[in-house]
Amino acid sequence: MIAPLRAVFLRDLRIAFRVGGGAGIGVVFFLALVTVIPFAVGPDLPLLARIGPAVLWIGALLASLLGLDRIFSADHEDGSLDVMLLAPAPLELIAAAKGAAHWVATGLPLVIAAPLLGLLLGLEPALLGAITLTLLLGTPALTFLGLVGAALAVALPRGGLLVAVLILPLTIPVLIFGVAATVGAAGGPVPFDMPLRLVGALSLVTFVIGPVAAAAAIRNIRD
Amino acid sequence: MRLIAEKLTCVRGGRTLFRNLQFEVAAGRVLAITGPNGAGKSSLLRLIAGLLRPASGRIALEGGEPGQPVGPFAHFIGHLDATKGALRASENLEFMQVLLGGGGQTTGEALAALGLDGLADVPVRMFSAGQRRRLALARLLVAPRPLWLLDEPTTALDAEGQETFAALAAKHLAGGGLIVAATHAPLKIPSVQEIRLGTGGAA
Repeated sequence: MIAPLRAVFLRDLRIAFRVGGGAGIGVVFFLALVTVIPFAVGPDLPLLARIGPAVLWIGALLASLLGLDRIFSADHEDGSLDVMLLAPAPLELIAAAKGAAHWVATGLPLVIAAPLLGLLLGLEPALLGAITLTLLLGTPALTFLGLVGAALAVALPRGGLLVAVLILPLTIPVLIFGVAATVGAAGGPVPFDMPLRLVGALSLVTFVIGPVAAAAAIRNIRD
Repeated sequence: MRLIAEKLTCVRGGRTLFRNLQFEVAAGRVLAITGPNGAGKSSLLRLIAGLLRPASGRIALEGGEPGQPVGPFAHFIGHLDATKGALRASENLEFMQVLLGGGGQTTGEALAALGLDGLADVPVRMFSAGQRRRLALARLLVAPRPLWLLDEPTTALDAEGQETFAALAAKHLAGGGLIVAATHAPLKIPSVQEIRLGTGGAA
């Protein structure tokens, strides 16, 4: 049962890195967003440092919405999804493997880029570590929530924008607790670890629910 | 093993494609589905595979366990080839082999059988339509399944490719396999039964 899932995971990863644009587009978008903020806000370093964690989280959130709609629709368009539906492995697990591959290809590069971009915003080194940790625990939740939207995109050709609009409200709790944890790490009123644990919990819950919902959506809307 | 369809009705987009369709395919036999464009040939194949739900009726594979869906016993090769241009031919086929449970020929043997042995390391985006088709058909060999559901299997294949396919199909049938194929071109396979769709609903 493990071998087919590993095969799905490695295949999606290979395609993401070979086609290009998988990891690259998200990181470039993230970079663009974070670099234009100081121009808009002005040369106020204390202010930048204060809103820095929120900027990084918003950047990561928006960047992770890019490319979500292709997770299943690319396989739908070339017939691969038909074969996956006839595979012995349950579609739920295949969806989970695809989600994991998507996170490694697009979410993980954002986590790795975050501390570098944090330097641009003048954040303290200790805070950089805290933000990276919250993103590491939080971006899987964004991907696996997005998996449900990606499944709906199968029925909606060129539904990329719609997927982003559908998924964005669902990601708000992740954003709130992710930023709350980093504010806590900066010495705010909330402790660091409580919101951090909630972010981790959201990732675990979506890791279970996302693939099941995505598989149900694919089974029901394909025609 | 026998494939049985009882009183199948297919409705797509509010239009009834066929109604009360009945057929039986025995082991070692081929069912050719013919009919004009839009008659529901591809839809019938998807119904058999379980990729579409019939409006009414039943499809069963006798000889397996009762109540089993047909899908896990079937290969479905639609008009799309299910290949990824970014991957090499061997990577595409290895993925299909593992995904579908394997147990058949090695990918090298299957590629050779379809005349693709020199192209294993070539990215599939460089392939012609006929070569992609050959790669899709190679899937039939790496994971043996008793029922082949093929939508225009010989499209884009050259004369030699059609001969190769006919030989593979004959071998599959001799081993007790079943084939249901939607086709316009005559399949160069003996013992073909035919149903014709699109003549007022029922065949």
